[in-house]
Amino acid sequence: MIAVVKRDCATCQLIEPALAELKRGVALQVHSQDDPSFPATIGDVIDERELELSYRLDIEIVPTLIQIQDGEESARLVGWQRDDWRSMTGMPTLGAGLPEFSPGCGSKSVEPGMPEKLAFKFGDTPLGARRVDVASQQDEHELMFERGWSDGLPLVPPTEERVLKMLSGTDRSPAEVIGIIPPDNVPGTIEKIAINAVMAGCKPEYFPVVLAAVEAACLDEFCMHGVLATTYFSAPIVIVNGPIIDEIGMNWGHNVLGQGNRANSTIGRALQLVIRNIGGGRPGGVDRATLGQPGKVGFCFAEREHDSYWESLAVERGFRPDESTVTLFAGGGVHPVGDQKSRGPESLTRSLALTLRTVYHGKVYGRTDAMLVISPENMRVFREAGWSKARFREELDEALTVDGSNVIAGADGIAEGMPPRLAEKRLRKFRTGGLLIVHAGGGAGMWSAIITGWGGSDAVTVAIQS
Amino acid sequence: MSALLDPTSELQPAQREALPRPQSLSDKRVALLDISKPRGDVFLDHLESRLGELGIDARRYIKPTFTRVAPVDLKHQIVSECDAVIEALAD
Repeated sequence: MIAVVKRDCATCQLIEPALAELKRGVALQVHSQDDPSFPATIGDVIDERELELSYRLDIEIVPTLIQIQDGEESARLVGWQRDDWRSMTGMPTLGAGLPEFSPGCGSKSVEPGMPEKLAFKFGDTPLGARRVDVASQQDEHELMFERGWSDGLPLVPPTEERVLKMLSGTDRSPAEVIGIIPPDNVPGTIEKIAINAVMAGCKPEYFPVVLAAVEAACLDEFCMHGVLATTYFSAPIVIVNGPIIDEIGMNWGHNVLGQGNRANSTIGRALQLVIRNIGGGRPGGVDRATLGQPGKVGFCFAEREHDSYWESLAVERGFRPDESTVTLFAGGGVHPVGDQKSRGPESLTRSLALTLRTVYHGKVYGRTDAMLVISPENMRVFREAGWSKARFREELDEALTVDGSNVIAGADGIAEGMPPRLAEKRLRKFRTGGLLIVHAGGGAGMWSAIITGWGGSDAVTVAIQS
Repeated sequence: MSALLDPTSELQPAQREALPRPQSLSDKRVALLDISKPRGDVFLDHLESRLGELGIDARRYIKPTFTRVAPVDLKHQIVSECDAVIEALAD
């Protein structure tokens, strides 16, 4: 039999007489996790301070008593339950002076951070990534900058312990390939994505969202290679829907498109670091953006679902409200719409359309996409008028359709514009399916926002696997 | 000493030597590749006409969209039919 104990456990101290009695009766090894001189009445306590046996036997509670038969574990008891110990040991008077029951304490092998350390230490690590040694005199933060791993901001050092902890955020194997990461088109394993998620500052509970975002970015229709390589402003913008929003504490309220929420800021950043480090996509390399935009560090936010009058973006795209999803949209910068006077849906729709018509260029039609982020105060106008999302889309579409003659090349003395052969046509501003609408933002403020899109990519939505 | 895990693909990018430029285009067939960017056709129309004046055989090819890399079939077709390629890359 094997007993695992520690001095810093009242129950282990309590049952010392029973252990001594047991030692006299059967072949017993006692392993002490914190002090090999405990229990003092046992002659040959085995020093278990390295915790290897505890790790290998998956000990969670001390004391644990394990029965071994033919080299295999046949029974296990945790804590002190007198009748159970008597029954398993076949000693009917064991612990006669002890109480019937005393709960055990936590094993030192499951203290915070310890399982990851032990997994690495005893060679069971599933990690295959190359180890980059950091000399004791070396600054690891500077090393990461020098190696080109950073987007320009400091990174969390991806130690083995941190990466193992990140991997605890999913049940999937570290070796599983999520997708082929552009632009170098190399396999993106869950392990490599976890390393980048650590560097971005993610918590393990965010990791399923990061994995879904990477999976979405690898879909052909999203065309991540083009999103990166274009001279345009585009970046993969991550919109999260479903119960996971509140489970991981994402921001859907005040400053939703801005800074300040760890999940929002780090999930988007993790995706961009994956593209940079695994995919090899770097500014000035395959990333040929002429100007870029600040959201290229990472751009992720959640829809405000709980009080929305309209179905969410994910529901509109065919998912259930109880499913958690990520949608990727190839977006440029944020363009505010400020209408402080419209109180009716017709006026507000025309107002939104007026600004939407300027996306990309006021005379370019049918070539681009956009995302409209409706704030609660703007949505109230539609709710009070009883306009469904479908009705709003219909009215907005009409307001976004113009006579071709107004926007052909040369009109208004501007060379840019649509081909003259379209002068007699009615032209729609956005590609079919190219206008995404989400509800987000703080409770006060008659603002909405347009995130300009890039017509070379189709938005994609994937379910988040827990 | 501590250790960090490498976040990169750990691959050395494939280095391919560009083929030597042809000394002359006589007896060569030249591919003119339009990537579907605005006015790429104008540029290639002009080149095709100039090459024609020089008696050089040129063939036109077009990518379905500039936003994506060329389909592998198109690349193979160009390689099998032509000796050199001129691409109207940017507007």
